[in-house]
Amino acid sequence: MSAVLQLDDVAIRFGGVQAVGGVSCAVEAGDFVGLIGPNGAGKTTLIRIIAGLLRPDRGKVILGGIDVTGDPTSARVRCGLALTHQIVRPFREMTVLDNVVLAAGIGYTSEPLRALLHVSRRRESERAAAILASVGLAGTERKLAGALPLGQLKRLELARALAVSPKVVLLDEPLAGLNHTEASKQVETISEVHQRGITVVLVEHNLEEVMRICRRLIVLNNGIVIGDGEPREVMADPVVHDAYVGGGMVTHAEA
Amino acid sequence: MSAYTISIVSIIGINVILAVSLNMISGFCGQISLGHGAFFGAGAYAAALAMFATANVPLAVVAGVIAGSLLGIIVGFASLRVRSDFLAVTTIGINFLFVGFVRKQSWLGGEMGISGIPPTGLGAAGNMVMILLMACATVALSLYVSRSWMGFAFRAVGEDEQAATTLGIGAGAYKLAAFGIGTALAGLAGALYTFFTQFITVDAFDFIFSVMLMAMVVIGGIGSTWGVVTAAVGLTLLPEAIRFVNDYRLLVFGGMLVLVIRLAPGGLAGLTRNLFDRVRQA
Repeated sequence: MSAVLQLDDVAIRFGGVQAVGGVSCAVEAGDFVGLIGPNGAGKTTLIRIIAGLLRPDRGKVILGGIDVTGDPTSARVRCGLALTHQIVRPFREMTVLDNVVLAAGIGYTSEPLRALLHVSRRRESERAAAILASVGLAGTERKLAGALPLGQLKRLELARALAVSPKVVLLDEPLAGLNHTEASKQVETISEVHQRGITVVLVEHNLEEVMRICRRLIVLNNGIVIGDGEPREVMADPVVHDAYVGGGMVTHAEA
Repeated sequence: MSAYTISIVSIIGINVILAVSLNMISGFCGQISLGHGAFFGAGAYAAALAMFATANVPLAVVAGVIAGSLLGIIVGFASLRVRSDFLAVTTIGINFLFVGFVRKQSWLGGEMGISGIPPTGLGAAGNMVMILLMACATVALSLYVSRSWMGFAFRAVGEDEQAATTLGIGAGAYKLAAFGIGTALAGLAGALYTFFTQFITVDAFDFIFSVMLMAMVVIGGIGSTWGVVTAAVGLTLLPEAIRFVNDYRLLVFGGMLVLVIRLAPGGLAGLTRNLFDRVRQA
């Protein structure tokens, strides 16, 4: 199986709302997938299911050929999954460097006993510094993470995700809240990540950037996949177009 | 050394072990426990029973450690289920449960406690030396854990559990580890206390005592081993040195706790750090 990430009929219901209603798809190794959809389409819910922060009512999440549906997030991360949060969650009381060193130490921290028996952080510090430089955060290492502005915190999220040596990264709105310059710099960094051979799944509202960098688009609406394929073709599909431009809203209002 | 000095030094050693071990749970890993007295008590009673059964000191120490950590891991499982503020309430409950349970158990001496516990054979001074050695070992362990990857992961779990999880850190396993280690040391302190007094009643392990331990941790500087050691020594000596403090112990400690939280949340450790920073800048 060459799919690094596979969803098999995943569904979840919150009270009366079918947030995700049976999504199946497979992401091939080395792919760059944009997951888009109007507000409330179920994108973040789906990402949370993939990450293990939510347990689906039915269906399977398969990572690198292993069924991880019942596994907690930390186990999935050890299987090669990394994610960034839509709302940044740095360890504010640690330095920027320590935030990334901690992620780079996943080989020790995945097992409390191994963590207890190891002290040296030299190798991880060097790696963390290199990763910080690669996302454009060189020079901020010694600052407290809580002191960074949002633009840099978004980069720190990315740096931490890269430090766990993932096969797939899920990026939940990595551009949200960034100004135009910051956003294009962040997009550049994400492209570099992809070029290093890491599979990227990107949830983003900024359609222009998504169209520019993604090789494949998956469009969600009302919790189901309504489009999947090459970005330009998918966006030309009238069903997708309707969902985005608001045709769906009109029918909803008429109903 | 007078008998009085020996007994004060012994109590200081025991309190240092208790405060440092509570700091591992609440300071390193962020799990607020207000029931540390229960684990201390479990260790003390287990060691007392072991002394009656075998009169073997190492065996009694092991019994104390196991009893403390066993109860601790059970409470640790509760910490996986409840949010941190509810955990504090749960641990208070555990402390009251422990005291209430022991009071009604005739095999544990009930209200009267257990007296006439066989001596260790080391004498008061020998016991004191053993207590001090154990206290040093506890402090060394705490300093080591803090430097290790485990301490690093503890801080992450304490600050933001979900963020830690997304970095591959199993928050649950670390919380259990913190409770397991911290309460095993409380059990050790319990065994040492049993050797020291040879007479235990459940009142020594009540909620008020747990709060006193938390006061030592907070006043010393939550998360700082040396700060907590300093506070444990200072707050044990204070009532001995000043008559007024002894008479109004709860009032004084409560007042200090409020002042520290209000004015210097970093405790003694935080104050010292600020002072150093200022000196370096000047």
